[in-house]
Amino acid sequence: MAATSSMFMYSLTIQPPSSITQTILGQFAGTKEQQIVTASGSRLTIHRPDPAQGKITTILSQDLFGIIRTLAAFRLAGSNKDYIIIGSDSGRITIIEYVPSQNRFNRLHLETFGKSGIRRVIPGQYLAVDPKGRACLIASVEKNKLVYVLNRDAQAELTISSPLEAHKAQTLVFALVGLDVGYENPVFAALEVDYTECDQDSTGQAFDDLEKHLVYYELDLGLNHVVRKWTDPVDRTATMLFQVPGGADGPSGVLVCGLDNITYRHSNQDPFRVAIPRRRGATENPERKRYIIAGVMHKMRGAFFFLLQSEDGDMFKVTLEMVEDEAGQPTGEVKKLKIKYFDTVPIATNLCILKSGFLFVASETGNHHFYQFEKLGDDDEETEFDSDLFPVDPTEKYEAIYFHPRGAENVNLVESIDSMNPQLDCKVANLTEEDAPQIYSICGSGARSSFRTLKHGLEVNDIVDSELPYVPSAVWTTKITRGDEYDAYIVLSFNNGTLVLSIGETVEEVTDTGFLSSAPTLAVQQLGEDALIQVHPKGIRHIRADRRVNEWPAPQHRSIVAATTNERQVAVALSSGEIVYFEMDQDGSLAEYDEKREMSGTVTCLSLGEVPEGRVRSQFLAVGCDDSTVRILSLDPDSTLENKSVQALTSAPSALAVMAMADSTSGGSTLYLHIGLYSGVYLRTVLDEVTGELSDTRTRFLGPKPAKLFRVSVKGQASVLALSSRPWLGYSDPQTKGFMLTPLDYVGLEYASNFSSEQCPEGMVGIEGKSLRIFSIDKLGNNLLQQSIPLTYTPRKFVRHPDQPLFYTIEADNNTLSPSTKQRLLNDSNLTNGDAAELPPDEFGYPRAQGHWASCIHIIDPVIAKAVLQQIDLEDNEVAVSIAAVSFSSQDDETFLIVGTGKDVVVAPRSFTAGFIYVYRFLEDGKELEFIHKTKIEEPPQALLGFQGRLLAGVGNELRIYDLGLKQLLRKCQAQVVPNLVVGLQTQGSRIIVSDVQESVVYVVYKFQENRLIAFVDDVIARWTTCSTMVDYETVAGGDKFGNIWLLRCPQKASEEADEDGSGAHLIHERQYLQGAPNRISLMCHFFAQDVPTSIQKTQLVAGGRDVLVWTGLQGTLGIFVPFVSREDVDFFQTLEQHLRSEDAPLAGRDHLIYRGYYAPVKGMIDGDLCERYALLPSDKKQMIAGELDRSVREIERKISDMRTRVAY
Amino acid sequence: MADKLRTQQQLEALQARYVGTGHADTTKYDWAANVHRDSCASYVGHPPLLAYLALGMGECRERARGLLLERMVRPVGNPPEVVE
Repeated sequence: MAATSSMFMYSLTIQPPSSITQTILGQFAGTKEQQIVTASGSRLTIHRPDPAQGKITTILSQDLFGIIRTLAAFRLAGSNKDYIIIGSDSGRITIIEYVPSQNRFNRLHLETFGKSGIRRVIPGQYLAVDPKGRACLIASVEKNKLVYVLNRDAQAELTISSPLEAHKAQTLVFALVGLDVGYENPVFAALEVDYTECDQDSTGQAFDDLEKHLVYYELDLGLNHVVRKWTDPVDRTATMLFQVPGGADGPSGVLVCGLDNITYRHSNQDPFRVAIPRRRGATENPERKRYIIAGVMHKMRGAFFFLLQSEDGDMFKVTLEMVEDEAGQPTGEVKKLKIKYFDTVPIATNLCILKSGFLFVASETGNHHFYQFEKLGDDDEETEFDSDLFPVDPTEKYEAIYFHPRGAENVNLVESIDSMNPQLDCKVANLTEEDAPQIYSICGSGARSSFRTLKHGLEVNDIVDSELPYVPSAVWTTKITRGDEYDAYIVLSFNNGTLVLSIGETVEEVTDTGFLSSAPTLAVQQLGEDALIQVHPKGIRHIRADRRVNEWPAPQHRSIVAATTNERQVAVALSSGEIVYFEMDQDGSLAEYDEKREMSGTVTCLSLGEVPEGRVRSQFLAVGCDDSTVRILSLDPDSTLENKSVQALTSAPSALAVMAMADSTSGGSTLYLHIGLYSGVYLRTVLDEVTGELSDTRTRFLGPKPAKLFRVSVKGQASVLALSSRPWLGYSDPQTKGFMLTPLDYVGLEYASNFSSEQCPEGMVGIEGKSLRIFSIDKLGNNLLQQSIPLTYTPRKFVRHPDQPLFYTIEADNNTLSPSTKQRLLNDSNLTNGDAAELPPDEFGYPRAQGHWASCIHIIDPVIAKAVLQQIDLEDNEVAVSIAAVSFSSQDDETFLIVGTGKDVVVAPRSFTAGFIYVYRFLEDGKELEFIHKTKIEEPPQALLGFQGRLLAGVGNELRIYDLGLKQLLRKCQAQVVPNLVVGLQTQGSRIIVSDVQESVVYVVYKFQENRLIAFVDDVIARWTTCSTMVDYETVAGGDKFGNIWLLRCPQKASEEADEDGSGAHLIHERQYLQGAPNRISLMCHFFAQDVPTSIQKTQLVAGGRDVLVWTGLQGTLGIFVPFVSREDVDFFQTLEQHLRSEDAPLAGRDHLIYRGYYAPVKGMIDGDLCERYALLPSDKKQMIAGELDRSVREIERKISDMRTRVAY
Repeated sequence: MADKLRTQQQLEALQARYVGTGHADTTKYDWAANVHRDSCASYVGHPPLLAYLALGMGECRERARGLLLERMVRPVGNPPEVVE
């Protein structure tokens, strides 16, 4: 069977893509509030903008397992809820709604219209809806257009008609929009080119005369058919359409946008045209014309305007002026079109204007921005240009118009949402000597690019950090009466005493609290209505509201070693191993239970759960003993302190916590026993609320120190704070409700407690050495922390210094002026006032010029300085294409930085005038670079690698070995091993894996004696390799630019033969097989990941975890592949996957198996993202699948979560 | 004969429905133009691929989309002269 393999991997996404393909705005929850729905890769996400805080929060994100191409929102007349139409690669139109009560998407309609996949004539590329929600048109790039009529039936349910065709063969569609016609028949406008003539005419005349047409398609609702109502030639360069309000709001029609051209068009109006204002400045080419690349129309109180963005990022406000009648009232006739500069924001894929006065910019690259409108550019000093200045025909002569770009005046940035798109390279390394490695990645483009450090952890908001006189051993907070909202005291225990601080405006010491200050404290608790409890080694101090103190002394010659309390119960363990149990009685005094329970060993820790709502006591007491056991004792009056269950552990328990937490399995809340061990291991087991039995234990290693556990409250949910060498928080994920254990990005604490005050209602107090710290956790949604260092140009590749925690990036921007040219222009020109001011490039971009390159090398210190240390700019229109750190054995193994460049490079079709290899020496431990020499070669070297003390370079389709000479590099050996272009090199021993831009990978062996490079294995399938890595000596993992990831293996025999001692004669003379190498690679695994993989490597992600394959995608994806160890697991997950495919079929109607096998059948891979959806199924379906698999729901959920938590986050 | 006619009709139906379905008289130009148009449509249709190309070209996505669609009009130059 083709789909099975001897090797199986489990694919998981660690971070979903952050690039946004499309954004729509609507009232999806059916309330007045607007939400933003975005499509990123295969994920559909709904966000809630919070106008009060100026923040955007994610409500729901779902993987559709299909490529989302277009989205549209529509609303049926009279309704207040928007529905979402998805155009995907499923060959089906999908209509979904968001169900706020269950926080999920619900599919309403799924209508098949064509083949699946993204094809030229299968609709799905364009989607337009009638503004009144009566119909939608879904179109393909060429020929096909389908109109669906949307309506509602007697039950007020949405209905969809069978499709009406509006096909026109050999017609390309450039843009499509629904026209606003009020309640007349729905009309859609398309920009079309008919290429029939041009395909026949060999002279090219027809092509030159070709016109682009604006075509109106009218859906006749009465006759139920579609007609081409009106067609008119427009500007040949037009690529965008925008709807102009109609009906009562405006004149209807469209804005047609092309090169230096915005034209208002409508069937019954004259056309009006304005040019696009150009930037003025010394470095700007005054002749350069711009396109409009994004825009938005906004209607408000009878008026409307457009914000259109040019390719520089400048937004222009476009308005229409109407002819006025005698009474001064505007008529339906357009008088002119006006344009003026508004503000500059990052280049957007979509702009959204919210009714609450915000602007959401879904950036094409880099972080997405959320702006607040300060004003609408109504009364500023910007020049307004109108259509009277311009002829309608763009080929006629007209005066170009200019503006001065300036800082934002109308919008104000309130939030920047992290996005790693495009992510061009990534390395996992542990530079900070922490437990787990960090992820270093280069992303973004142009001046908005950045070097990012990703760390697994939750962001901590540090509130107070104050020094104490001595080192405390423990800390608690307590209220004074049960009704108190906030904590009143912080109690600190020292070796020989106790200190009480009161919480108020300031934190100060208080002495009249009744607490015993001469002894250390073991526990503090607010008891009953208004009493306090202090447990100290010699007894229990019960402080009543009137400051009366009742003291229970510990029996003679014994002291208290462990204590646990809740608001009605107290249990203490004595040094003799006895447990004494107290319960509060009616009059608020503590009553001791007559019998003491003797444990087998010394008690190390105790825990009582909270008293459940409406009960008088917690049912169970958990006791941890130094014989590595945990016992559950009953506290029921009939069976007090009787043994309920025992759990054996691998080490003595250091902390226990019984608490109820949200649970995805039961959907409600479940009682858990959290156990921390002296070995630093943390366990979580389910504690049965009736029988007290322990089941479903999950284990995690926290760190080398004994684990301590504390009950805290974060974002309103009960969470557990686990302290070992670093602090961890156990909580349930806000979206999936699954249990998460994430380290905090904070100092290693020794003790902690919940903290609540007026200033900080949900915080924690902790001690670290001598300092007392108060902190809070504000965000639970994101468990990967990002730090970013801004870069200059689009980063292409980077390498790490072999020993130092430093990185070297190469960056390059196409069609951009280099700094030296820019400087020359600034110096040369006769500057007029204001032209010399250089604009900050991270907001305004760099001045552009066709055919120019700006490129540089950066030294980055991500650990200490967290900044760029040195920048080396490349001159003479050179562009850096490859980088490597190579140690040369001829130079006593000194390591040099090698950078490959190309001169006058044109990307497509590929051309250049020369290539160079630069050699730099590392100075000052790599903090500086010294240029040694450069070597001219024929082609830019796309790949460089250190190989056996020399440099291996891929130059065109040749592989070369260079040694370092005094004046230049010396060529030692070369061979042509791939058909097209070497783009990547990997090596182990004398084996080299060469990736070709188009023809997959080739295995090459270097024969030292003969100084020859011999290819011995190649592939049968063309893979447009983007990245590759050697998984082991025989196996290569790689990705191609269509979004596939594969594992290839060379046959064992060929591998052995290649490494036989002696000359390579037998390899050279071996017969070629079908004009290729003598042997062929076999495919082990194949998977469609959707995103273009840009890097792949074999590494660990968590402390003590196994090796996994980590890959990164262009759109910002981080994913892993986990190898399966046992065949049993493979069978289990394969069956589970099968069930999920049918029980939880992808929302957009794409078949999951076909989606993952988009270009080639999926092989040897289990889709973990699909498996993890099991936790989100309704419980009857969970039960059903569990029954089929012959396991319990908990067992399945544990297996799924273990797959992730063992190796990743 | 009827079979042949039906085959012919079926083929024509396919050709009308699926653009690019070949026939006995497909020229090299037709074929190449069709392949290129298919490719461009695919580049435009797959968002990551479009972003990848746009990044390489140093243009924004919308411009790259426009350029690729424009290339679909005449992807492989003018057709060869028809020799009667």
